[in-house]
Amino acid sequence: MKKMFSIIAMLFLAMVTSAQDIEMADGMKANGKIYVVIAVMLTILAGLVLYLVRLDRKISRLEKINN
Amino acid sequence: MTGHKNYMYKSWWKILAVVLLVYTFTAGILIEVPRNPQLQETIRNLFFHVCMWFGMMILFIISVVHAIKYLRNGKHVHDIASRQYAGVGILFGLLGYITGAIWMSYTWVDSNKSFYDSFNSIAREPKLIGAAIALLVYAAYLVLRDSINDMDKKARISAVYNIFAFAMLFPSIWIIPRLLPSLHPGGSEGNPALNFRDSSMNMKLVFYPAIAGWTLVGVWIATLKIRWRLLYEQKLMK
Repeated sequence: MKKMFSIIAMLFLAMVTSAQDIEMADGMKANGKIYVVIAVMLTILAGLVLYLVRLDRKISRLEKINN
Repeated sequence: MTGHKNYMYKSWWKILAVVLLVYTFTAGILIEVPRNPQLQETIRNLFFHVCMWFGMMILFIISVVHAIKYLRNGKHVHDIASRQYAGVGILFGLLGYITGAIWMSYTWVDSNKSFYDSFNSIAREPKLIGAAIALLVYAAYLVLRDSINDMDKKARISAVYNIFAFAMLFPSIWIIPRLLPSLHPGGSEGNPALNFRDSSMNMKLVFYPAIAGWTLVGVWIATLKIRWRLLYEQKLMK
């Protein structure tokens, strides 16, 4: 019984460690550098959105003049 | 359609698009994702690469709806809308292709094989071929349109061709790639994106808002182009 239990425990351990063995960017999350990536991505998004908003305003102004 | 009650002139959905994309860009990077030995962190490309294809399909659907509306009532604005939605759809498709090429070179390419052997197996990927066919059919739509000078003829022929191009999407990206063995996940089990038995519910919390966000930005760009085109043609008439 004890043997059986230890085998199951070892199997479980092997499963957990094999999932942990897959290399992910855990380090980047731990030291917070991942937020640098997010900051860069959000800045690019902000730039693109700002461009679209300005274009939208300009077209709206032209539409007002034309009507 | 040019009245100020039109959806094109409302701003709530543009704000929604921005909110959804900000959510995609932050939650998409921060949430827990399944640990997959082949994909690792690149699994997060689901929120960007796959959303390009979804955006493309939705924009093509809007385009064909406008084409049918044009054929029914002959209003010129539907012709313009159909053309611009198809244009942004093609842009999304190209972005999907480029992002797919980048993602593939880090996940599918087998470093133990020569470049030629690796490319040999990837080039057989049915989704790649199907998407290329679909995009070329839509590229022909733009060529066909610009080759006709008469405005009414141009609008009518391109609306009819648009319906044909949309019909070609069914075999080329929705049916044949799911019948053949593929490197893409989940094809043979029906719709890979709407499979609710999937284990990673966490990813769907970002995936669906991401589709909506990207698509709405595509719609935004298309409406800006439609409004610009309407102004341009008003100017020509004067």
